Amino acid sequence: MKRDPTLPILIAVSIILLAIGPILPRWAMFLINVSLCYGIVVLGMMLLMRTGVVSFGHGLYYCLGAYAAGTLDQVYKISDMAVMLIAAMIATAVVSAALGLLLRKYRDIFFAMLSLAFSMILYGLLVKTSALGSSDGFNIAATKLAGITVAGTPVERYARYALTVGFAFLAGAFMHKYLNSHMGRLALAIRDNELRVEYMGASVRNVIHVNYVISAVMAGIGGALAAIAVGHIDPEMAYWTTSGEFVFVGILSGTGNILAPFLGAFIFETIRSFAYEYSPNTWQMALGITMLVVIMFLPGGLWSLFTRGRKAA
Amino acid sequence: MAIVLEAKGLNKNFGAVTAANDINVAVEQDAVVGLIGSNGAGKTTFINMVTGYLKPSSGIITFRDRDITPLSPRQITRLGICRSFQIPQLFNTLSVYENLLVGIGIVVSGGKNWAEASHHIGTPGEAVDGMLERFRLTGYRDKLAGVLPEGIRKLLDIAMAMAVKPKILLLDEPTSGVSAEEKFALMDMVMEAVRAQKVTVLFVEHDMEIVNRYTQRVLAFYEGRIIADGLPAAVLADIEVRKYVTGEVSSAKAGGHHAAR
Repeated sequence: MKRDPTLPILIAVSIILLAIGPILPRWAMFLINVSLCYGIVVLGMMLLMRTGVVSFGHGLYYCLGAYAAGTLDQVYKISDMAVMLIAAMIATAVVSAALGLLLRKYRDIFFAMLSLAFSMILYGLLVKTSALGSSDGFNIAATKLAGITVAGTPVERYARYALTVGFAFLAGAFMHKYLNSHMGRLALAIRDNELRVEYMGASVRNVIHVNYVISAVMAGIGGALAAIAVGHIDPEMAYWTTSGEFVFVGILSGTGNILAPFLGAFIFETIRSFAYEYSPNTWQMALGITMLVVIMFLPGGLWSLFTRGRKAA
Repeated sequence: MAIVLEAKGLNKNFGAVTAANDINVAVEQDAVVGLIGSNGAGKTTFINMVTGYLKPSSGIITFRDRDITPLSPRQITRLGICRSFQIPQLFNTLSVYENLLVGIGIVVSGGKNWAEASHHIGTPGEAVDGMLERFRLTGYRDKLAGVLPEGIRKLLDIAMAMAVKPKILLLDEPTSGVSAEEKFALMDMVMEAVRAQKVTVLFVEHDMEIVNRYTQRVLAFYEGRIIADGLPAAVLADIEVRKYVTGEVSSAKAGGHHAAR
């Protein structure tokens, strides 16, 4: 059996990112930070895709995570990043566990549309909530990290960046272990043949529910980290186009490996940044063309570039 | 011998069609029972009721004296009644090894129902390799299930049912789609595995050669009823079975036969 290089690569890339952080120009650091946030969300999308369902409403958890973090600062004056992230995880876990009770009964387009509907409910609520800035959202200032004040210090930016790198590493390592466990295999089995899984004695709905909650928490973490990195949140994070982007990046990346979502997210963010810079009115077209090319030539996503020639895994 | 599975007064109607008509059967531990009958005779309906996929209109089914009639297929599977499929139901994008590993994994993570079984499984990987050897699938270990030849798919389908450590195995036409040269080898392997794991077997089969060779008891179905129940030789010689199931005796001839008696 060949050794799987995924984990060593994940560790190496994380260390390199931490090491080069201090010498990166501001824009590059921000680009990497935001890409990693996106990558964490897409990692959760990948788990759902491997289970055979696609959520068109993960913006719900992305936004909920961000607002859980932001509300702490805005309403309760708690601006510790560690507390914000924990709040984001708890909020997304609770909401997804509840919504999962309904969603676990649906598949395919029904699952996608129902999840989209839920995300649009949150969008609608936030737009109407003037205490949280309505459609403008509000700025958030994460000043402390686990009790230590970082705001105003030279390491402020780096602390946020390192936090994201750390969480991306943890999320990636967790997901890698999960996908290679019994539960991970069961997910693929469900995608292939639900009937057989039930006739082997496992509950398809339970697995879908658990995986939905895991992916929601991932989206929540990504949302909270993005909120901390950007310093501003608004209801647009729950809008269906945001959810669509996660699906987009998920398909662009491929579901073969946990590194794929990070690579896909980085490429997506890079194309978006540069396309936006050079052609502000047609930047979506650049993304569309990229997607078209990937689907035509790499139906298995970008990750299939690395597994070509090898046995399909 | 202890009775493991018992059906009492089972009826099932689909609108005006009667798929099961007062079925009463008791199956003993370690028996190998063949279910025969023409298409639509009620064999598969019976299997579907035992596995919980269909609920009988009336009557009850007990497994080791426990009423399983209201349970879902999953709950029934977890009690130890597992089935294979006429059309193999595999995980096509997983390898043969992984297909079985899913089953073993379910047993290992299954909690108290399977605590006893998982105790002597060993590591999941070893258990799978043992099964691959028993079913002579080792050569296909890393092949994706989606690209296997039909006979091997059939075998893997049965192996997957065996992977979850059933007490009763229901096989739906195990040799359909299997070539004439392969069918005995396949059944020999299955029966060997079944004996090793001490499993009671009920199988639906159209091939009377297979039925005669591998079963100790045959249930013949016709229009939702069991028209004959007994030793294979006796059942296959039964006039009604020859008329309605094997078709050896045409109705006219059968009539004449009766008249002559």
